Parts: sequence; C-alpha cells; structure tokens
Amino acid sequence: MTEIRWHGRGGLGAFTAARLLGAAVSLHEGKYALAFPSFGPERRGAPVFAYTRIDSSPITDRSEVTACDCAVVLDDTLFGDPVKSGLKPGATVIINTTKPKEDFQINGAQVVTVDATGLALEILGRPITNVPLLGALAAATGITAVQSVEAAIDDQLAPKIREKNKILLNKTYQLVKEAQ
Amino acid sequence: MSGKLFVSGDEAVALAVRQTKPHVIAAYPITPQTIVVERLSDFVEDGSLESQYLYVESEHSAMCACLGASAIGARTFTATSSQGLLYMVEGLHYASGSRFPIVMMNANRSLAAPWSIYNDQRDSLSELECGWIQLYAENAQEAYDTILQAYRIAEDPKVMLPVMVNLDGFVLTHTYELIQTAEQEKVDAYIPYRDFCNKLDLDQPKATCITAGPPYNMEFRYQQHQATLCAAETIREADREFGEKFGRSYGGLVETYRCEDAEAILVTLGSVAGTVRCVVDAYREAGKKVGLLKIRCMRPFPAKEAAAALKGAKAVGVLEKDVSFGFEGVVHTNVNSALKEWNVTVPTANYVGGLGGRSISKEDIGGIFDALLSGNLNGSEAAFVNLRRDICGA
Repeated sequence: MTEIRWHGRGGLGAFTAARLLGAAVSLHEGKYALAFPSFGPERRGAPVFAYTRIDSSPITDRSEVTACDCAVVLDDTLFGDPVKSGLKPGATVIINTTKPKEDFQINGAQVVTVDATGLALEILGRPITNVPLLGALAAATGITAVQSVEAAIDDQLAPKIREKNKILLNKTYQLVKEAQ
Repeated sequence: MSGKLFVSGDEAVALAVRQTKPHVIAAYPITPQTIVVERLSDFVEDGSLESQYLYVESEHSAMCACLGASAIGARTFTATSSQGLLYMVEGLHYASGSRFPIVMMNANRSLAAPWSIYNDQRDSLSELECGWIQLYAENAQEAYDTILQAYRIAEDPKVMLPVMVNLDGFVLTHTYELIQTAEQEKVDAYIPYRDFCNKLDLDQPKATCITAGPPYNMEFRYQQHQATLCAAETIREADREFGEKFGRSYGGLVETYRCEDAEAILVTLGSVAGTVRCVVDAYREAGKKVGLLKIRCMRPFPAKEAAAALKGAKAVGVLEKDVSFGFEGVVHTNVNSALKEWNVTVPTANYVGGLGGRSISKEDIGGIFDALLSGNLNGSEAAFVNLRRDICGA
C-alpha cells in the first residue's frame, strides 16, 4: 500500500490533487485507489489535509492514514510538525517553495523542492499548484506516470483548463527530473 | 453509460438513482448528503434524467412530497442525513404504514446535541422501529448496487415497503474510489416500472393514508409486520439475481468473511466492515482464527443468518457506532436476541465506537479480537472504544 498525504489550505486544490492521482492510477494504471479529504467543514485558507491510498488490489481499509510514503506541501508556510511527522522511513516530501532545499530538513526523508506557484502563474496565470505538484510527484517518486495524470486531467477537469494544465504538468515533471 | 468511474459514495448514489429513473425526486440538502441532491438536480437540468425534481423547503416536506407522488404510483427518491432524518420521522411512519415503496439514501451522521456533522450511525439506528427496510453499504460500489437493489425490493408486490440505504457520512460519502456502473438496459430489465396495487386510481377507487380504529388497526400492523418479515426472502432473491445479471452480490442480508472455523467473530455494519476485513486477514496470517459477520440489513433483522454464522464461535463481539443510552448498543441487543431465539449459546461483548466521527483504527479492532480470543470479555457493560478517559472522568 502506498499512501500520499497532501497539505494545503482550503481553496488551493489539495483534494483535487488527491482525486486526480487516484483517478490516474485506478482508471489508467489498473490499480486501486481511495482519495479522501480530511473530513469536516470546509474553510477557505485554513490548513487542510487530503489523502490518496494506492494498492494493486482492492482497498478495504477505511481507517485514518497514520504514516505516509510521500507528503506534498502546496504552501511552504504549512511546513512544520504536521509535515515532518507521520512519515514512513525513506519517505519523500515535496514542497512548493522558492526557498532553497536546505531550509527544509527532515530526518529520514528525502526533500524535493519546486517553485510550483511560479510555474502556475507563468502558464495558467493563476497560482493553482495541484497539477504541477502532481508532475513533481511523478518525477520524484514514480508513484504514477505523467501520461496517466494527463489522462486523468482529460477525465476530471473542465475542458477549457485541460491543455494549459497538461503543459504545466509536463514542464514541472521535466524540471524536477533534471534536478535529480 | 456503463464503465469504470472514479467517484465518491455520494456520486455513486446519484449515478445509480439516475439509472433507476424515478418519476419524482424531492430532497433538501444536508451535509454530508448534499452532493447527492446537487448531482441529481444537475442531471435533471442537463436532461440526462427525466424526472420531476421538487426543491422543497425542508426534509419533512421532502418526505411528504414523496408520499403524495408514491400514492399515485410514481417511483420516488429522496436523500437525507442526521437532523434531516429526524425532521421527517412523522412521514417515515406514514410511508411504511401506507406501504409506499419510497427509496431514500441516508448519509449516516451523528445527532445533536452536541452538534456534529461527523459520522456515526445513531441517526438511522434510532429509527429501526419506523417500518422501513434498512440496508447498509460498505463501499461506493455496494452503495451504487444497493440503490438498484432497493427499488427491486421496495416495489416487490409481496413487500411494498420503503427502503433506506445507509452510507457512512464522509468515510463513504466523500471518499473517491473506483466503481463499475451497469448497462442501462440491464438496469431497466432488473427494475421494470410496476403498477403499485395500492395506488390512487379514479377507475378503481381506493383509500390510502386512512384512519383505522380498534376493529382494524391491529390487522394493518400485522400485515405490515408480515410484509417486513417476508421482505427478507425478497432481499436474498434481489441480491442473488443481481449477482447473476451484474456479476456482484453481497450475501443477501449478511456477509460472512472467514467465519467457518473462527473462534472469535466480530459483528459490524457499514464502512468499518472493510477495516475489520484487513485485521481479519492479518490475524489469519498469524494463525489466529477470527472472522467478520457483516450485517447488511438491520430491518428485517437477519436473525437466522446471524445465529447460523455465530454458532460455532467461542466469543462474539458487536462493534457499532451507536448506543441506546442506559442500556447498550442496539445492534448488540438484536444479535443477542437472535442468538437466544435460535438457541445458540456463545458469550458476546459490545463495543461502542466511532461516535461523532472518532476514528476506529486497525489497532482498536485488533484489541477487540485479542480480548475475544483470550475470553477476557468486559462483562455485560458496553465498552467504549478509544475513549479519552482522562477528560471524561471515566
């Protein structure tokens, strides 16, 4: 079982990222996935969590995710104990930031940084960072293939935002791949 | 229209309802059911579902609108949750007493006070006596399939009773997962429209929602009770036939999982059954003989099936997300009554968990199996799972 935890703020699209990843692997890679938000009221700007569970067989476990293989942080002001705890040994933590990687030290985890906001502003004209972070996830972990995320974008996102998001996805994927 | 989709439990329900083609939908939104009625109103708006969608001002009105529509023989659907279910209780009894085959989805959510939008099953389990058939789904696929089965059960001329399909709030309603949808022609063949025998008809006038005094009232109640008992066979048949047509079935009223030689069996219902499955597999791998009895239908209660599944066990636990204050969990009461009725003697223990959205972990469930296997049961009192004893003086 592979478990991914998304750290965002209400309105940033963390849950959309969790759902796109689930759709990518289950509809286009023959796997099974559950994607769910942290349950409860929705408040714009408040810290939120979202989760994607992935496995090669159907997932019946409905309990909370307590330790993850990968954490993705959509806003670097959220970096802190909630990001640094609940990680499996050797986990990957992907952070959207303009700061150097050295600013984010986590024992036993591999940190990957990317300026997803900058790329989103350049390509979408809006600071929506869930799709570029999926590109970073694909590049840094191989949990999904970039083609599967493209297919999920076609299934799940509104037609008028699909093409630009696919460009953004691929550009982020390339950048993170080259930096490795 | 058939194919694989990655959707939430709420969306799975809405997609299934679209394929059942109800003539009338009357519903009022409430978290965590809201997505169901949003999607259905979208479908009516975009023309993919031809139905009268009534935007009512309350849950009480939603149920009353369904009563009126069902009385003239229309297929009806509504959905609610928690406080909304309580607000329509008067109508719930009218529906079952009038033998109207209304189908309703209920998103299981806690009851106020204290106010909570999170999941438990105190809403539906407090309404076991309202005369509705109550079904519980474990995952989004079962929710989708159970909506289709619900119309087959409700509209059976031998049954003619309303059916409530329950999904755990958030845990199921807001979790996205893979489902396989059904071909429309197969759905049409599985649940063809039927002529309700009790419908209002100018050519063959009949009274409905009538008054019945002492000379007749008991007989109405007796027939209603018999119809609910008789529904058990219809539920089994509906699930069996569903399996033949669509390739998926759920055991009818209960599902036994690795119960055959189990020394300890945990009985539960709803989405937590999935987590129990994981723990059963882990314990079996470690050589420990444990099993799961998933109750899919609370009314009619599957007494015979429960007794048959539990009779070989050395200890039985009942894990449920409700409590009847001053006694115990109502599922435990029902299971014990069934065991007594069928002369099965096995120690049982009650575990109340997940109230107001408290998580139930695999470790919590493991702890229950450990207690059951060691024979170290908690006596007659219900144990509250994962209770913060330090803050409540326990």
